[in-house]
Amino acid sequence: MDKARIATLWLDGCSGCHMSLLDIDERLLDIASAIELVFSPLVDNKEFPENVDLTLVEGALANEEDIEKIKMVRARTKLLVALGDCAVTGNVPAMRNNFVLADVLHRGYVDNATANCGPPVHEVPQLEPKVIPLHELVAVDLFVPGCPPSADLIFFVLSEVLAGRIPDLSTRSHFGN
Amino acid sequence: MQTIRIDGITRIEGHGRITIQLDDHGVVEDAHLHVLQFRGFEKLCEGRPFYEMPSITARICGICPVSHLLAGAKACDAIMGLRIPEAAEMLRRIVHLAQITQSHALSFFHLSSPDFLMGWDSDPRERNLLGLVDKHPDLALSGIRLRKWGQQVIDLVGGRRIHNPWIVQGGVASPLTMAKRDEILSGIPDALAIALRTLIFFKHMMEKLGEETEVFGNFRSMFMAIGREDGNLCLYGSRRRHEGWLRFADADGNIVADNIHPRDYQEYIGEAVDSASYMKAPYYKPLGYPAGMYRVGPAARLNMCRQCGTPHADKALNEFRHMYGNISLSSFHNHYARLIEIIFAIERMEQILEMPIILTDDVRAEAKANEAEGVGIIEAPRGTLIHHYKVDGDGMMTGANLIVATAHNTLAMNHGLKQVAENYISGHEVTEGMLNRMEGLIRSFDPCLSCATHADGTMDLIVDVVDSEGQLQQRLARRR
Ligand code: SF4
Repeated sequence: MDKARIATLWLDGCSGCHMSLLDIDERLLDIASAIELVFSPLVDNKEFPENVDLTLVEGALANEEDIEKIKMVRARTKLLVALGDCAVTGNVPAMRNNFVLADVLHRGYVDNATANCGPPVHEVPQLEPKVIPLHELVAVDLFVPGCPPSADLIFFVLSEVLAGRIPDLSTRSHFGN
Repeated sequence: MQTIRIDGITRIEGHGRITIQLDDHGVVEDAHLHVLQFRGFEKLCEGRPFYEMPSITARICGICPVSHLLAGAKACDAIMGLRIPEAAEMLRRIVHLAQITQSHALSFFHLSSPDFLMGWDSDPRERNLLGLVDKHPDLALSGIRLRKWGQQVIDLVGGRRIHNPWIVQGGVASPLTMAKRDEILSGIPDALAIALRTLIFFKHMMEKLGEETEVFGNFRSMFMAIGREDGNLCLYGSRRRHEGWLRFADADGNIVADNIHPRDYQEYIGEAVDSASYMKAPYYKPLGYPAGMYRVGPAARLNMCRQCGTPHADKALNEFRHMYGNISLSSFHNHYARLIEIIFAIERMEQILEMPIILTDDVRAEAKANEAEGVGIIEAPRGTLIHHYKVDGDGMMTGANLIVATAHNTLAMNHGLKQVAENYISGHEVTEGMLNRMEGLIRSFDPCLSCATHADGTMDLIVDVVDSEGQLQQRLARRR
């Protein structure tokens, strides 16, 4: 049987969802033999490939590069999973939506700076005025809430997908804890 | 002039990029790290109750959330103007030490060891944790088990592994049961054995890593850490005067500023904006910017302490000093320092768990906001972490300033990048192995760019060599 082609993507999140994935501990080794990790912060592969069976996406959409990336990933992925509250709702990254972006930058680079004051302008991606969750821009096939989702829940999702089923999370997941 | 742009995982995970400037003869003129993510925590907290801050700021980083929970809780304690119960302080220390263990393990085993074991120039498709599982299963399993143990302790004490809601203003949410204490204690011999074994392995490995030690951020700079009255290694601080207060040392290890109360940090630390990065560049104010470069983190801490204060760690530190001198100027030594700190963390945890006070019920003090400002400082795995909160009369946040550990090293990382580039790049040809060494320099700092970028540590790369007209001359990428 062909190995499932799995990817993980990390947008505007804290990496906690990826750490929760690592928290499946030794079970990683079991899964490793059934999948090919074609793209992830965990492997050295720069280009997101075509024909990915499953992509787990951590984080919300906060800057222009996130937006480009998620569109490309959506087009190349069969089952796109919003992993964690940031991807599902915007969560903590979206808390800045209560403020005008210029004020948020002003706090960081003027109020709280003592030299060269003013927001960075070179080499850095432009921030979107509002942070949004994935489904506001692209179709999401499965929502896995939690901040982060527990390692057991992530393991369940992976196991179900590997068994050829769409995981039923109705009784297993909730937001926050 | 040419610019070499090393685009990390960044466009994908959105975090870091390196540029290197070459002159017309291919000689390195400068190198720069750009951090690409911005979250705005210092503003988005406004109008919320101060006691929400630990939980909110934990979401800065899923790798070391305990650091932000602790620095945040300390800042809250300061706003309430109280001293937390002693048992609470001890319990906070336990999770902190567990976190040092798991975070250092992640950095050493999962992220950096593939370079040492597989080689800097080895096949990039295998140079990762999964390749390690295949080729060096013992070491890979050691890493997975040590990280797991640290995470399990955090879970046992605090109720969950990542973003636990147990570290709170005024102390902790619940006491430790005897059963849990015993469970943690029973795991200590195994964890310590893994750590000691790994130290022996790495000591031998270091013999082959002479050039890396020589050029990976090997230069004179100041150092900063929090200190203890007795001069021993300090990670959390305590209720005692001067414990957990800031100190600076010069490149020879002389203390140049000492006993700086957390609330006075801004008299010594300035923050410069780097116009090409979302990460600011803190500097030692008396020397100004950029002359006031200093380093933080495991090697800086060991440079600044007299001893660790536990038997195996002290033995390891003495050996280290015997081999490399009392003051280590190479940032590559951070890897070694991490292993020593893991050993210390495990031993110290055992010492604390054996104190009777650890099982007492009094773990939380109550108060409203009594002060307009509060500053909390701890040593996170990557270095000194500062949380500074301001509140109104009702205890609602009016502003915050956060200096994460990695930011302190901004100037030093740029300095180190230039050093590595100068050593390995000559002419306009760029090789994959060179790229990996640039990454290796970054990995030795284990940077938490925006407390995020480095979780993978692989920083997959595309390098473009662009001529002065902006024409692409050479592209080098890692692909499957
Ligand atoms: S959902 Fe929570 S754990 Fe996951 S990235 Fe967002 S803040 Fe981090």
